Amino acid sequence: MPGTAALPPIRELVLEEITKRFPGVLACDRVSLTVRRGEALALVGENGAGKSTLMNILAGLYQPDGGRILVDGAPVRFRSPADAFARGIGMVHQNFMLVPSMTVAENVALGLRTLQRGLRLDLREARRRVAEVSAHHELPVNPDAHVWQLSVGEQQRVELVKTLCLGARLLILDEPTSALTPQETDDLLERLKRMTAELSVVFISHKLNEVKALSDRVTILRHGAVVFSGETANHSTRELAALMTGHEVEVARNQGGGAAGRPILEVRGLRVRGDRGHLALDGLDLEVRAGEILGLAGVSGNGQRELAGALAGLRPAEAGSIRLDGEEIAGATPRRIIARGMGYIPEDRHHEGIVPAFTVKENLVLKDFAAARFSRGGLLRLGEIDRNASGLRERFDIRCASTGTAAGALSGGNIQKVILARELARGPKALVAVYPTRGVDMGASEFVHAQLLALRAREAGILLVSEELEEIMNLSDRIAVIYRGRILEVMPAREATRERLGLLMAGVAHA
Amino acid sequence: MPSRFRLAYAAAVTLAAAAAAVAVAALALRAVGASPWATFGVILTGPLQDLFGVSEVLVRAVPLTLVGLGIAISFRSGILNIGAEGQMQVGILCGTAVALALPALPRPLLLPLCLAAGAAGGAAWGGIAGLLRARLDVNEILSTVMLNYIAAQLYTFLLRGPMIDPAELMTGSGTPQSMRLPRSAWLDRLVPGTRIHAGLYLALALAALVWVLLWRTTLGFRMRAAGAGPRAARYAGIPVERSLVGAMLFAGGFAGLAGAVEVAGVHHRAIEAISSGYGFAGIVVALFGGLHPAGIVPAAAFFGLLLFGADMTQRSAGVPANMVLVLQGVVILAIVSAKMYLNNPYAQERAARLLRRLGVRIGAVAPAGESDSAAEEAGP
Repeated sequence: MPGTAALPPIRELVLEEITKRFPGVLACDRVSLTVRRGEALALVGENGAGKSTLMNILAGLYQPDGGRILVDGAPVRFRSPADAFARGIGMVHQNFMLVPSMTVAENVALGLRTLQRGLRLDLREARRRVAEVSAHHELPVNPDAHVWQLSVGEQQRVELVKTLCLGARLLILDEPTSALTPQETDDLLERLKRMTAELSVVFISHKLNEVKALSDRVTILRHGAVVFSGETANHSTRELAALMTGHEVEVARNQGGGAAGRPILEVRGLRVRGDRGHLALDGLDLEVRAGEILGLAGVSGNGQRELAGALAGLRPAEAGSIRLDGEEIAGATPRRIIARGMGYIPEDRHHEGIVPAFTVKENLVLKDFAAARFSRGGLLRLGEIDRNASGLRERFDIRCASTGTAAGALSGGNIQKVILARELARGPKALVAVYPTRGVDMGASEFVHAQLLALRAREAGILLVSEELEEIMNLSDRIAVIYRGRILEVMPAREATRERLGLLMAGVAHA
Repeated sequence: MPSRFRLAYAAAVTLAAAAAAVAVAALALRAVGASPWATFGVILTGPLQDLFGVSEVLVRAVPLTLVGLGIAISFRSGILNIGAEGQMQVGILCGTAVALALPALPRPLLLPLCLAAGAAGGAAWGGIAGLLRARLDVNEILSTVMLNYIAAQLYTFLLRGPMIDPAELMTGSGTPQSMRLPRSAWLDRLVPGTRIHAGLYLALALAALVWVLLWRTTLGFRMRAAGAGPRAARYAGIPVERSLVGAMLFAGGFAGLAGAVEVAGVHHRAIEAISSGYGFAGIVVALFGGLHPAGIVPAAAFFGLLLFGADMTQRSAGVPANMVLVLQGVVILAIVSAKMYLNNPYAQERAARLLRRLGVRIGAVAPAGESDSAAEEAGP
């Protein structure tokens, strides 16, 4: 490759005793690790274990307070991401660093100083490099596509291509699969596996099946320190999970039993338009009974978001009916639907599930602050709001400095616990949970699962929307598969297999 | 980073911002040929040398407080209301019209009615922008700015036409002003020989009430939630659009009240340029005061000082009073820039790094010994 051919591959990268402090936190405590050429190293740990901090140091975004970095035996100092790139180290962040209104080639050109001559930008060269890199690494991208038009999976490929175009020979990937569908995930792992033939990869994750599939070696961080390093092949996911969380992990499982009762949520012929004006739901029928978890499997973008929005009253239904415990709620206001006993764990927990600037205790009464328990004559009863918060904080193990902390400052898992606490404490008749464990760590997702099962035992009807087949298969009584705005098939969970669900999700009916 | 460093960082940024503001202002003053130090001296100390000066500062602080409180409500509710100037003018017109139309009413009725009419007029003017935003998603910055122009023309038209004092027409001088309000619509003067009036108590009481409204009532919770997280608020069953309209009614109401209070307390008739930029300065006061009543009251006093001090410089230092607008602009820029630096962890990190490179010891680079026990605990 021109421009990058001169740079030799990195034979060995060593982090030695890296230490980093933030106010009140020791984020990395003398962490050492080694990555060799052609190797995929998985860096594993729960949220807040220090993985991202460590990689941000390696990528030049943070400076370590102690320790050093050696590339091929020579100590280096990275004062900025540009320094790290100059040494061949490039990072793909969890939240993509792309300008949505620009094309792929323009995004790549942004990072290439050599293409910027005065006010002129050599876009033709950028386009050529994108084409070259994407052909070489089998990462198909269209250099002229605008980033906003691309799916999340495609944007991920653009990030990879961009990082490679900038000359990265050691790729750091921060939870690269957290926003991908199962198919996109498999596809990405496949590509990364091939790329390790010429590059080194550091892969941050807490999904252990992906770690097993991709990595040669694994390093586990807990509370900022390395607790384990070894060959991936020699250890089971169960062992790794125990090392990561510090205790044996119990997989929550729906044991069946407790015959499902009356229908709680009945959806008939529902038609709802998506954001782009197309019919995202086109005559959808669905029934959730009391005391059951109905798993809704499907590749995201097949109408799940619109279904959840319509059930919560946040999206208008063009036709069809939705009954909550026998009462029609299609077209009702969110407030009335909430009052009738609907709980909702939304997909976008940071902006829809909580008001980030509000305190934890305010968020815990977001739906009920006007109820008699929390207000009298229009005045808030602060004492009661406090008591409610400390009770729920205890019960749901919400880790925060105090309930007066801004909820937006919590980790993803803890934000999800705040939402869960608020929704479950209201004793809902029906609960719609959309991707409830996406991006949360193993400990928190274990907790979420256990709580969903406990709610099921209390005779609520739960609609669980997820892309994780394992989650759906472990928790559901029945599984429905959604494809292009309709339910393709509903089956009892015990009859479902990964293969059958996978085919249905791809739109192959009567599998 | 240790908290000691962060404190020092905050102090340094604040001082740097203040120094930059002073420097830019000094340059501007130099450019118009004035002595910066003498001017600063007059602005900051001149008004405080006698009772009259202090009273004039407070006279200006009253409308600034009232406007600022309304701005705080609307900004916190997620609506950027730039229309306080227009809302204030409509408030002046409505308050004046009611007081002139019902001169026979007894004072305990007329005065409250006059103030309420001002508030209602401002609320209606603000409500237009609120409704446009809620129903048609019209950007409120655009609509409020345009409504300012309309209000200004309406104000001039009414004072030159239908509402002009007949005496002006008879004498032929034609000064655009309304008739004088009946005495029963005047706010009490608090100190003889000064213009300070009972509106001061009203402003302070309302500041306390706004605090209660925003942080102690369900209505305030609703409005703050709709402002801080509209999607989450909608999700939680809060009617966000209605809350936006409500916030604009409050904001307009406060601006309109400020207008009526200005008429009833200071001028006793509607004259041209009563609002004199209070509607815009009130926005600065609200931001300077952190959109919080406890900050807005002192901020209003400070800007009252700037405004009156600038008036004095015209007389004593020969500096045009309009220079205070330049100073205001400089102060806003300094605040906004300082906030940027205070809220940006990367800037803080860079500062720490720079200091370290210069060889300054910061607590963050603690000796390794400190973390020994933690490392052993976490070991395999």
